[in-house]
Amino acid sequence: MKLGLVVDLDTCVGCHGCATACKQWNTSGTIGPLSDKDPYGKDPNGAWLNRIRTYEVGDTPNSKTVHMPMSCMHCEDAACVTVCPTGASYKRSEDGIVLVDQDKCMGCNLCAWACPYGARELDPNEGTMKKCTLCVDRIYDEKLPEDERKPACVLTCPTKSRTFGDFDDPNSEVSKLVRERAGKQLMPELGYNPVNTYLPPRNKPVAVKYETTGIAGKVKGWVNKVIAR
Amino acid sequence: MHPAFSVLIFTVVSGAGYGLIFLTILGHLSGLAVLQNQSLLLSSGVLSLVMISGGLLSSTLHLANPKNAWRAFSRFKTSWLSREAVFAILFYPFALLYLIGVWMQGAEIAAVFSLAGWVAAVLAMITLFCTSMIYASLKTIRQWNSALTPVSYLALGLMSGGVLLLMLQIMVDDTASDVLKNVALALLCVGVTVKVIYFFWIGKPSGSSIKTATGFTQASVRLLDQGHSSNGFLNNEFGYTVSANKLLRIRFLAVAVAFFLPMLLVCLSGPFALVIATLAMLAGLLAERWLFFAEARHVVRMFHGDQSV
Repeated sequence: MKLGLVVDLDTCVGCHGCATACKQWNTSGTIGPLSDKDPYGKDPNGAWLNRIRTYEVGDTPNSKTVHMPMSCMHCEDAACVTVCPTGASYKRSEDGIVLVDQDKCMGCNLCAWACPYGARELDPNEGTMKKCTLCVDRIYDEKLPEDERKPACVLTCPTKSRTFGDFDDPNSEVSKLVRERAGKQLMPELGYNPVNTYLPPRNKPVAVKYETTGIAGKVKGWVNKVIAR
Repeated sequence: MHPAFSVLIFTVVSGAGYGLIFLTILGHLSGLAVLQNQSLLLSSGVLSLVMISGGLLSSTLHLANPKNAWRAFSRFKTSWLSREAVFAILFYPFALLYLIGVWMQGAEIAAVFSLAGWVAAVLAMITLFCTSMIYASLKTIRQWNSALTPVSYLALGLMSGGVLLLMLQIMVDDTASDVLKNVALALLCVGVTVKVIYFFWIGKPSGSSIKTATGFTQASVRLLDQGHSSNGFLNNEFGYTVSANKLLRIRFLAVAVAFFLPMLLVCLSGPFALVIATLAMLAGLLAERWLFFAEARHVVRMFHGDQSV
């Protein structure tokens, strides 16, 4: 099995719901607390396993705002695991999930240096490295109804832009999405072979600019301009 | 990259210690006349052990959870940090055995002690190499991911060891030995050459850009919002930015103080001049190591808006 996520950049609205649900689930989960330092102060800082960044792609007027949620890509060639001196970082052979054993981590930061995706953050209070677990304490929980055995970020996403599944199975939903929508890996040139895949936005027709003629048209144009501002 | 002061101290001071003990043992056991002197060998051996141990202790200060540091010996097969830890510890019994031999028997030591000396010398260089490979093995930081990183760590370690050895020799014998003086000068020349090549090499453009990072390779990409209002771990660790002007000024300063000033002072070759040369060199190397971090740009910066690294 090769478990991971597909993120649809066409439908993500950047609401940060996935990051909040992730923090809520994982702060009381298998990797211990996800601490914050000075959470209500002037300069809050804390460990999050999911970050959403917003980009402008293309040049105006043909530009598009793209929200890009990023968590651990559970890379097939995970350098964070090979550089770890203590054996705290490991990749599970059965499903490819990359995890940190909190009892072994010495907080040397080397795995965060080796990760090109910024997926690992040092817990400011615990002094150990925290990262996405793909909600390993949720997806195998047989006490949960079967349709809830998914990562918290996937369940909470209001636009269904996150899909969880097995990339090794060619007929899984994630494999189909990657095939049909030409899914992309981020920074493939570094050779980490990330499992998580991003679906590029669909091409939509560019808004048509209507032509104005005559005095009446020009006045209408000015009025429109004034109202629009 | 954020330059952690404990790591700067560790790499400079331990590097000098490993260089010093390597040159001392090499010169002594290959029969260099000036190094057949028990008090010089002992003072050099003790100074290098103090520097190496101090540096290693300093390196543990940057750990956020040092109570698990003992586990760092467990991933020798894959991790350069683990290899460094293993070789650093393995070095001690051989170095101590060699120094006990010198202490008990003087410069003419028995075969078992000289064998320990050879092993310690090799382990010193291997440890230094492993330290450099921690940085050189990271594909995410192109300024480090190069053969120039281990070459410069080895060259600068040997260079600082050479100047230290000359300083100790002048203190013990009162007059500088020509051989050690020439060795120190040659190593200073090698050091400055390697570092200047490195400064030119890191200027070459990178293959990754914000386009490959986000996957939008056919359009311009700009960061609109990083998603959090105050800096997090990634910003603090990787977002460290110094103006290009300041970096350039520190480059000139580091090259002058770490290489050219010691060269001048070594040529003067008085005990006082050599103490100043050593201190200047170590201070210059600290600035050089600070630059090694400050000029390194991690690819995560592109997700936070840098167009390239």
